Amino acid sequence: MGLTGLQIFKLLPKTNCKECGFPTCLAFAMSLASGKANLSQCPYVSDEAKQALEEATAPPMRLIKIGAGEKVLEIGDEQVLFRHDKTFYHPTGIFIEVSDNLSEDELKAKVDEINELVFERVGERYEVDGVAIKNDSGNADTFKKAVETVAGKTDKVLILLTEDPAVMEAAASVVADRKPLLYAATGDNYEQMVEVAKKFQAPLAVRGKNLSDLADLVEKIVGLGYRELVLDSGERQTSKVLADLTQIRRQAIKKRFRPFGYPTITFTTEEDPMKEALQAQVYVSKYGSIVVMKNTSKPALLTLFTWRRNVYTDPQKPIAVQPGIYAIGDVTPDSPVYITTNFSLTFYTVQTEIEATRIPSYLIAFDTDGLSVLTAWAGGKFIGEEIGPWLKESEINQKVNHRKIIIPGGVAAIKGKLEELSGWEVIVGPREASGITAFAKMRLGA
Amino acid sequence: MPVEIFKEKYTGKVQEVVLGATKEEGGTRAYTVKLGGSSALPFLQFEGESARPVIAMEVWDIKPNWHECFEPYIGDVWEDPVAWAQKLEQEYGAEVIYLTLKGADPERENPKSADDCAKLVKKILENTKAPLMVEGCGNYEKDNEVLQAVAEAAAGENIALGMAEKDNYRSIAAACMMGKHCIIARSPVDINIMKQLNIMILDMGVPADKIINDPLASGLGYGIEYSYSIMERARYGALVGDKMMAFPIVCLAGQEAWRAKEAVAPDDAGPGWGDQKTRGIMWEAMTAAALIQGGADIVLLRHPEAAKLIKEHIEDLMVPNTY
Repeated sequence: MGLTGLQIFKLLPKTNCKECGFPTCLAFAMSLASGKANLSQCPYVSDEAKQALEEATAPPMRLIKIGAGEKVLEIGDEQVLFRHDKTFYHPTGIFIEVSDNLSEDELKAKVDEINELVFERVGERYEVDGVAIKNDSGNADTFKKAVETVAGKTDKVLILLTEDPAVMEAAASVVADRKPLLYAATGDNYEQMVEVAKKFQAPLAVRGKNLSDLADLVEKIVGLGYRELVLDSGERQTSKVLADLTQIRRQAIKKRFRPFGYPTITFTTEEDPMKEALQAQVYVSKYGSIVVMKNTSKPALLTLFTWRRNVYTDPQKPIAVQPGIYAIGDVTPDSPVYITTNFSLTFYTVQTEIEATRIPSYLIAFDTDGLSVLTAWAGGKFIGEEIGPWLKESEINQKVNHRKIIIPGGVAAIKGKLEELSGWEVIVGPREASGITAFAKMRLGA
Repeated sequence: MPVEIFKEKYTGKVQEVVLGATKEEGGTRAYTVKLGGSSALPFLQFEGESARPVIAMEVWDIKPNWHECFEPYIGDVWEDPVAWAQKLEQEYGAEVIYLTLKGADPERENPKSADDCAKLVKKILENTKAPLMVEGCGNYEKDNEVLQAVAEAAAGENIALGMAEKDNYRSIAAACMMGKHCIIARSPVDINIMKQLNIMILDMGVPADKIINDPLASGLGYGIEYSYSIMERARYGALVGDKMMAFPIVCLAGQEAWRAKEAVAPDDAGPGWGDQKTRGIMWEAMTAAALIQGGADIVLLRHPEAAKLIKEHIEDLMVPNTY
């Protein structure tokens, strides 16, 4: 467990020099205890105190960076078990595995294919985080060559998969500046693997035979002075991996069990791309920091990336869409005009319902800082006084030749003020988005 | 150094609800299904029981307006709900038949009468073996009439009737009590309304082992994370002893997924989207898989290929993971 402010205070210089930005050492200590300050802000702390404090104030799960330059994948440093407790911070890295048994041309073609896995939806862009190169050949030169080929074709983050430390060293030497993840240290090779990792200052994956073996191995590696680690319990069966990932996360967060205070790596086993995406979904949902996959099916990966985006959305912040005027279908100057807030869930629900009416329409996402209709109305952000002047000057006046706007039924009360300030006729729509189809049928002749 | 396995100690569990009734139990179903009953978080069998999620499949009483990629699978039966239901249980692995009485909607031309609906339900029960769930057309007044007739026609079969919402639950609860059926209580992605509605339905006299909750789960990409978190909170609430959060959860995954543009847009409609058929099936399967991970006890699926994927996925998740 972490230290209290008072315990930390005892380890500080107690000179109240203020160089840390706090008025007193005690104030600084209290902020350290609550995680609001960083020990490096104190220039005079002793090495001894530093070590004790770093141990005690370290986050429950270490942040690990893989890659260098523009392409760095940050994983770990999670603080909760459920996203509703706070949020998940570092989305699962999604990697595609390639084998060094492929010929150079095949490998290049494969990497081209991976580079092209770029997905766009609702104004967002997703792409594969990296490539994992596997030493299936068992040959050091072949592996090194394969790693060189892949590195030459992509600037994505790399994982090198071999358990032979000599093979790893040879391959890592050609991509040392890319800071690849080295997979893996095991009970048989960890001393040499740690040397390789230290030499290139690259993060190191640790694979145990089970959770206990993994904890032992991590302690030994930490004993050798290396902490840039990523964990693998060795399990591959979906429900057992789920159990192991849950144990690792729980023990790190709730028990501050140090050997498990690192991010994790998982591997899919399903061959069918659709089944593989569902298996990967489990690891994205429950605590996998990296998932290494084999298939490159676009529709399957699109759904997986979308799920990752959803589960890593910060529940503390309402997600908003860009405020503005959206055209749904082939709009004409006669198209009806709807207005709602720019809270994304509201917006997309309304948009889907309007699409279902099959009447080309305009939908205005009014800027309410991402609040829903009733909340925004109660907060004075979705009222006639706000919408009216905006509507009067809006570009929508040039887009349509009528002046009728459909508002959500829940805020019928804004009708009068809105009409007065905008000069538009207000039509009160249904209270719920699900009523739009019936509304359109009755009022717009859909 | 053996790692000590961290098991949460829970005091509560998810309410168990049985759907369907066999001959011995006064019905005609070949089997019953158990919803809920979990005493652990989803699939964490190392600390308790995790109930196997059940797969329900969708039948409409009128020809559905679904995407053309459904045609090769159910095009031969989608104008005959009885044959459709039979095909779902015989060929596509539906464990529960979920009938939606869209045709009763008074806003349609020639809406079906309550009597038509009751007859259809009876006929489906006569020709299928699986437990049945029946959803009305969504028009409160019409549903009062329709669901009461259905409840009478299905007496003894222990079907589930919905959707009971805050403004119409009384008549549906009464119909369920009269026919000794289960009730599906819907709340709009809101845990407090869900609890209130459960309390009101219990107050009406519906037994706790007859209540199923529909949290109106959203589809992948369109708010599913809200539903996922609400379900995770509800499951956790159930395990720590809040009985009003403890009813088994049904998620209408298929219909939500197929509303998404991504499910139905033509091949390569957007960057990285790939072919429509795989994408549509995957949109549904991913929606269902995520909701199962969040704690759904029964998922309603639409596409037979998605149902197959989810069935296999559930098998993988049900492999024992006790230490």
